[in-house]
Amino acid sequence: MNENNNMDASASDDSPAPEDIPLMQRVLDNPFLLLVLGIAVPAVFYIIWGIIEITQIPIAD
Amino acid sequence: MSALFDYRTCPTTGLRVDRNAEKLIKANAVVAVVFLAIGGLFGLLVALTRWPAVHFLPADWFYLALTAHGLDVLLVWIIFFEMAVLYFASAILLNSRLAGPKWAWTGFGLMLVGALITNVAVLQGGSSVMFTSYVPMMAEPHFYLGIILFAVGALIGCGVFFGTLVIAKRDKTYDGSIPLVTFGALTAAIIAVFTIASGAIILIPTLLWSLGLVSHIDPLIYKTIWWAMGHSSQQINVSAHVAVWYAIAAMVFGAKPLSEKVSRTAFLMYILFLQIASAHHMLVEPGFSSEWKIFNTSYAMYLAVVGSMVHGMTVPGSIEAAQRSRGLTKGLFEWLRKAPWANPAFAGMFMSLVFFGFIGGISGVVMGTEQINMIMHNTLYVPGHFHGTVVAGTTLAFMAITYLLVPLIFRRELMMKKLATWQPYVFGIGVAGISVFMMGAGTLGVSRRHWDMTFADAALPFDYPSAAFLMMGLNGIFACMAALGGLMFVVIVVGSVFFGKKLAEDEKPSYPEVPPDSAAVGHYGSSESLRIPGTAFLVGIFFVAFVLYYFVNWKYLSEIWPLS
Repeated sequence: MNENNNMDASASDDSPAPEDIPLMQRVLDNPFLLLVLGIAVPAVFYIIWGIIEITQIPIAD
Repeated sequence: MSALFDYRTCPTTGLRVDRNAEKLIKANAVVAVVFLAIGGLFGLLVALTRWPAVHFLPADWFYLALTAHGLDVLLVWIIFFEMAVLYFASAILLNSRLAGPKWAWTGFGLMLVGALITNVAVLQGGSSVMFTSYVPMMAEPHFYLGIILFAVGALIGCGVFFGTLVIAKRDKTYDGSIPLVTFGALTAAIIAVFTIASGAIILIPTLLWSLGLVSHIDPLIYKTIWWAMGHSSQQINVSAHVAVWYAIAAMVFGAKPLSEKVSRTAFLMYILFLQIASAHHMLVEPGFSSEWKIFNTSYAMYLAVVGSMVHGMTVPGSIEAAQRSRGLTKGLFEWLRKAPWANPAFAGMFMSLVFFGFIGGISGVVMGTEQINMIMHNTLYVPGHFHGTVVAGTTLAFMAITYLLVPLIFRRELMMKKLATWQPYVFGIGVAGISVFMMGAGTLGVSRRHWDMTFADAALPFDYPSAAFLMMGLNGIFACMAALGGLMFVVIVVGSVFFGKKLAEDEKPSYPEVPPDSAAVGHYGSSESLRIPGTAFLVGIFFVAFVLYYFVNWKYLSEIWPLS
């Protein structure tokens, strides 16, 4: 059993460690997440906020 | 999967070229150039009319020509060419097959039919509502229908681009992350989706209104959402032409980005914040709070401006690093002096970068500042600004890469090489002059979209300063120069595509020179050197010009708007 464990350990030492991809790179490598962000941010800050302000303009008598 | 698609190997770059993508790039680029020629002709007519000494067109034809000019060059030429850029940056640079070529052709057909329908509507004379088509001005229904069809076609093209990214990732046609040029094209495609969605939200009800099926469109709602399309469509251009800058730097010099991380973060700033600059068109609207105006134009927009300034440093910086690695290390500027200034791809790209930054970029920040925007809001300064971004920036960059596309994609030797050497300078200097003199006239109060600046038939007379007339005359002269440069481009490109010497499958073009390490355009990876003293000096000049111009405008504001 110990021998097996040692073999496993030595095998894992030889194989390259899985690359730890930084969070930012994972974001930048995901085109569909970027698509959602690229639509949501201007939609919220420019269109939706802007339309809310327009709807609050009082109607002239 | 690779056996199922038909491709050739580019003898110059070593990239696999999917023949479906190649055909689509050719079709989109050819149609783009045709509409550039048409739209450019209308632009010349507009400039000759606004030249007071010439005053070429009668009023009704002036507004018709202005509508056609805006539509054909601001929308049709550029979006068709951007489709070519998207297919190049996805299928070609990723060594992949194109997703759904039939869909791509359907999108192309819709864009072509839509562009033709809208042009017919404008030329019939009943739709001289200009590019913005503000309600309650009403155009013929087919004016809106054509734009909607065009937008749907472009949306399909974006879908094909995203689909190609998925296929390339699945088939592992590239290692690691996508190349930076493809990432720039991705940025353009994302902004395009937002742009087209905004256009659909406002133009479909407007079409129904013109058909009498909807009774009323609120002008302020229309203007707000229309600019989410109208201004964002120009941000597609910015993203695409920055991607083209990186592509030309790689293909002419084998240049790698100084830092992939920094350049990608700059593109991320575009994805998140560039579209928000639409708000500067609303800065005099009383219906919006200062919070909305200032957040959108002076906080969020500046984050996108930071992105542009990063690209403005890293593109020439990557060229400098590549040149220095070849031994051009003498002084600050040997790398720039010995750059291939006779290569139209490089000359056009570098002038595009300089003019976009110094003319279009700085003026954009000035216009995005609520207080100093009041000096020039809705004056001729606005078209001056966007001729700096969209024509001196985008069109010049697209012309520049066309000089590489003709031999590499169309597989034809470039004709009239001497003329090609001069073309970017004639067009670039002409457009820079147009931009500067329109901004000068706008600063003196000359309104945009006005047929007669003398107000000859007005009930109440009004005189602009005589300097404004000089500015408009100079604008007319430089417009003629730009038109000549545009004509040179069309003659060279059309001549080369149809009559240039055909290149054999494995034959390398003789001109423009493309080095063997141009394959860098299709790979992820940063430059090994960050020593860029010449670029740092140029960036210093840019900042001095930026700060001086910004504060000169505040000084000017204090003079015309005295506080006591």
